[in-house]
Amino acid sequence: MTDMPLPRSQGSLLGRRLLRWGLYAMLCVFALYYLLPLFVMLTTSLKSLEEIRTGSLVALPREITFDAWSKAWSGACTGIQCEGLKPFFWNSILISVPGVLISTIIGAMNGYVFAQWRFRGANLFFAFLLFGCFIPFQVVLLPMARMLGIFGMAGTIPGLIFVHTIYGLGFTTLFFRNYYVTIPHELVRAAKIDGAGFFRIFWSIFLPLSLPICVVTIIWQFTQIWNDFLFGVSFSSAGSQPITVALNNIVNSTTGVKEYNVDMAAAIIAGLPTLLVYIVAGKYFIRGLTAGSVKG
Amino acid sequence: MTDWLSRHVPKIVLAPTFFAVLLFVYGFIAWTAWVSFTRSKLMPRYDIDGLIQYDRLFSNPRWDTALNNLFVFGALFIVISMVLGLLLAIFLDQKIRIEGALRTIYLYPMALSMIVTGTAWKWILNPGLGIQAMVQGWGFPNFKFDWLINPKMALYTIVLAAIWQASGFVMALFLAGLRSVDGEIIKAAQVDGIPTWRVYTAIIIPSMAPIFLSAFIVLAHLAIKSFDLVIALTGGGPGYATDLPATYMYAMAFSRGDLGQAASSAMIMMGVVFAIVVPYLYSELRAKHD
Repeated sequence: MTDMPLPRSQGSLLGRRLLRWGLYAMLCVFALYYLLPLFVMLTTSLKSLEEIRTGSLVALPREITFDAWSKAWSGACTGIQCEGLKPFFWNSILISVPGVLISTIIGAMNGYVFAQWRFRGANLFFAFLLFGCFIPFQVVLLPMARMLGIFGMAGTIPGLIFVHTIYGLGFTTLFFRNYYVTIPHELVRAAKIDGAGFFRIFWSIFLPLSLPICVVTIIWQFTQIWNDFLFGVSFSSAGSQPITVALNNIVNSTTGVKEYNVDMAAAIIAGLPTLLVYIVAGKYFIRGLTAGSVKG
Repeated sequence: MTDWLSRHVPKIVLAPTFFAVLLFVYGFIAWTAWVSFTRSKLMPRYDIDGLIQYDRLFSNPRWDTALNNLFVFGALFIVISMVLGLLLAIFLDQKIRIEGALRTIYLYPMALSMIVTGTAWKWILNPGLGIQAMVQGWGFPNFKFDWLINPKMALYTIVLAAIWQASGFVMALFLAGLRSVDGEIIKAAQVDGIPTWRVYTAIIIPSMAPIFLSAFIVLAHLAIKSFDLVIALTGGGPGYATDLPATYMYAMAFSRGDLGQAASSAMIMMGVVFAIVVPYLYSELRAKHD
């Protein structure tokens, strides 16, 4: 409520001021709660193991060292392999970039049909597509593993791209459909009278208007695919694991000395791309989150 | 021919998605359902044998724990996230000068993967070096905070981390809701001298009922799917004290080689999700039609 001043008549000036301070104090305490893990991760990653053992959890590093970061990036062990996160970071990029692009393009075309070229049964199909968004993926895990095996895609990056594309289609279609519905039908009708066809209308009317929804969809899909763990751990093999799986392997590997600073550096590296997206395009990130969860 | 083609182009464009959804969603669900009625072990078998897997499932104490954990975790996670989210939204709605910055801080955990979240909290909750050690170092040698390794309490560490991750998102939902309430009504109430807290409890919050429903659906859905967080934070342990249906299913499918159990537990998960989501989507789609 932008236009809602606190009512003037209530309480004394002092009382109101105290209330105001209390409010700010409360909000800042909560901000600390949300920031604590990030702070602890960052400071821990910059400490030496010796300092971690002797110092306090929330103490600032006495001596800043980036050793843990370089080890997390290129030397930490994920099981028997000790190449750090680098190859897995690359895997995640190889999986998410095509996954995002393909599912976004198909979603745009689908959304365009659902919004502007309705036919008999379209609503029913849309409803089925929506229900598909909500299934717990455990229910498709077993047959998908078998199918990927049959087609020789088990444990490969194309296999993971395929899986992410398929199960992302529901959401990308939903986003574009909800956006394209707001474009007046008259526009399409007029273009049809002028002799423009299905693709021509999409290309010269809808696509140029699509930037905001493209951004939302791409951010949504990117965070989904980058942060995925279930498909990654179920369908990948040593060479094709995404970064989330590698991070989990580093953190939960039981051999050797536990290097908490390396764990924390690795966690930050794994979280960095989506965190960056959030910082750079926060407005669209929030829109994607709320659109993906609220609007049916 | 070209005429036929141009008339059917929209359907042709949708066709790949149609068949993909038919096969990879509904076909696969049917496959899993079928297998859940067989004696499949390491390899799937296709001769139906009644409810044997479901009998085994519900007589397995580990599944019992997993299902119980889901209800405890889900209830706490949903209720606390909603209360916290609503509280923060109302606080932020009081013309706070640094609102933008605070909103950003409250919401960023949602951008992180559950594996990252779990890793961070695992470190903070580690009794030997985390919060417990820190408070003991402050001169309270008897302070104990060992939930992570305590079978009775480990589940609550998952609640803690999950709330940290999702409550900011609930805050964003509620804040948007608060801002969409009709300002005129609120002003009228204030002119009448109704105190602010009454305005919230009597006018604003009741009018946000649909947002409560949406937040509930999203959180419930997140709770049922929770898998990554458990794996990263506790690995389902100590023992299987923090198992959830999702981790049970995974263990049966990929480490125990018991496809029948994996399939039947997945079907139960789907049943729970659908019991919550189907009525919601149905009402949403109906409302759109009218």
